[in-house]
Amino acid sequence: MTSLDGIAVKVESATGNVEPLLHEIRHALKRVADGKEGTVIDLRSLPLAPGEEERIEAFLGEGEVRAELDTFGATVFQETSYAGVWLVTHRNMKQAVLTRFIEVTRTPELLKSQRADIERGISRLEDALAASSKVERSRRESVAGQEIKDSG
Amino acid sequence: MRKHQTLGVYLHAQGVSRRAFLKFCSATASLMALPPSAAAQVAAALAAARRPSVIWLSFQECTGCTESLTRSHAPTLESLIFDAISLDYHHTLQAASGESAEAARIAAMEENEGEYLLVVDGSIPLGNPGYSTIAGMSNLDMLRETAGGAAAIIAVGTCAAFGGIPHASPNPTGAVSVSEIITDKPIVNVSGCPPIPVVITGVLAHFLTFGTLPDLDHLGRPVAFFGQNIHDRCYRRPFYERGQFAHTFDDEGARKGWCLYELGCKGPTTYNACATLKWNEGTSYPIASGHGCLGCSEPDFWDKGSFYTPISAGLWGSRETLIGAAAAGAALGVGSALAARARKKKARAAEEAES
Repeated sequence: MTSLDGIAVKVESATGNVEPLLHEIRHALKRVADGKEGTVIDLRSLPLAPGEEERIEAFLGEGEVRAELDTFGATVFQETSYAGVWLVTHRNMKQAVLTRFIEVTRTPELLKSQRADIERGISRLEDALAASSKVERSRRESVAGQEIKDSG
Repeated sequence: MRKHQTLGVYLHAQGVSRRAFLKFCSATASLMALPPSAAAQVAAALAAARRPSVIWLSFQECTGCTESLTRSHAPTLESLIFDAISLDYHHTLQAASGESAEAARIAAMEENEGEYLLVVDGSIPLGNPGYSTIAGMSNLDMLRETAGGAAAIIAVGTCAAFGGIPHASPNPTGAVSVSEIITDKPIVNVSGCPPIPVVITGVLAHFLTFGTLPDLDHLGRPVAFFGQNIHDRCYRRPFYERGQFAHTFDDEGARKGWCLYELGCKGPTTYNACATLKWNEGTSYPIASGHGCLGCSEPDFWDKGSFYTPISAGLWGSRETLIGAAAAGAALGVGSALAARARKKKARAAEEAES
């Protein structure tokens, strides 16, 4: 035996939870289509056999949108091949998975810019513009001063 | 983080974005076994949370509980939670030693009278005060003194919760749990040998977030994590229903991942969150690794007979039965080896007959 792969263990287990979960997603997606609220499913709250999470992922497939948030480790938002069904994986700074959610919604909440961040952005933008105009004013004054000096 | 500053103000000052904070809250809600929809509620409560003082006492223990916590798979989450609490006293983690360490404990108790959280790991020996002392003070005296001004107590690990391994027969030190000594304070038992790290931080996060303790079961354990038994949440449960069992650790059933009930798995009588939260960065748990559950989060798990005897075979029960068994010790040792070999042979024969 040269590696762990050489151990003759072939797990054939199945909890029977995959199909009900996929139906739950179908019902949640219908609610979103009807303009009702979205659903978030925490994959860690379900007993799943080895390989079943991968089965869910493979069934849902990958869609058109993939976005990454880089804060306290990466968070990947992957829209599945079913529009409105997102697989959201939060990782920590060591790349270990913190949580995995299936979000059934038009846009996952965390992808949207947050009001507090926007307000902080406005404040930063105003400060940056004020600093920039101060620099520009001082540059112009310096140029004007130089011109007076040269003409004199 | 200053003591009277809220977590929201602190994080804002650190330049943590609202989006990053919401990510933290989503993970924290999951950590507390709350539904994902509770993340917004967690965010509102955490933003207004103030930093509680925590005193951690270690008595008759192996440090496995602290090891478990500090090797938790969510370091960024834990570091934020630890930033958000003031861990004023912990033998293993604090830099101070000797008199200055004890002075830190006394100071934390005086400054936060009636408000601090006391965490205890390890059992308390009642047999002789000298069995376990800290700075010349017996564990019993230190527990009574420190518990006096605590808002609540978290008994971390099976030793603090139920006496654990030091309490195992014949219990040479007279070890008891925290709740056998302190009866006038709210106590949460976070049992396990060791407990799952995210369960420890989940309870801390609950206290930090809501300022209260979570709902508890009849053994004082948080229902969110100990509300269901391992068996009910086990992915091997369908094999149990179909009567497909592994009979030895290397037979066909073991290789195919069938139920480990006949190999002594204590999953049906053990309440814990291993089957869903798992260990080692959410990788696995004992049953997924091919070994039955030992039942380490239950009282007296060490004295319930062999880890490899099916629950249906009954438990050893009384001390007299144990003494009787000990008298036949040598013969039993040889006998059990022979029995194991015979069992293995029988299982192989059955496999061959099936194929």
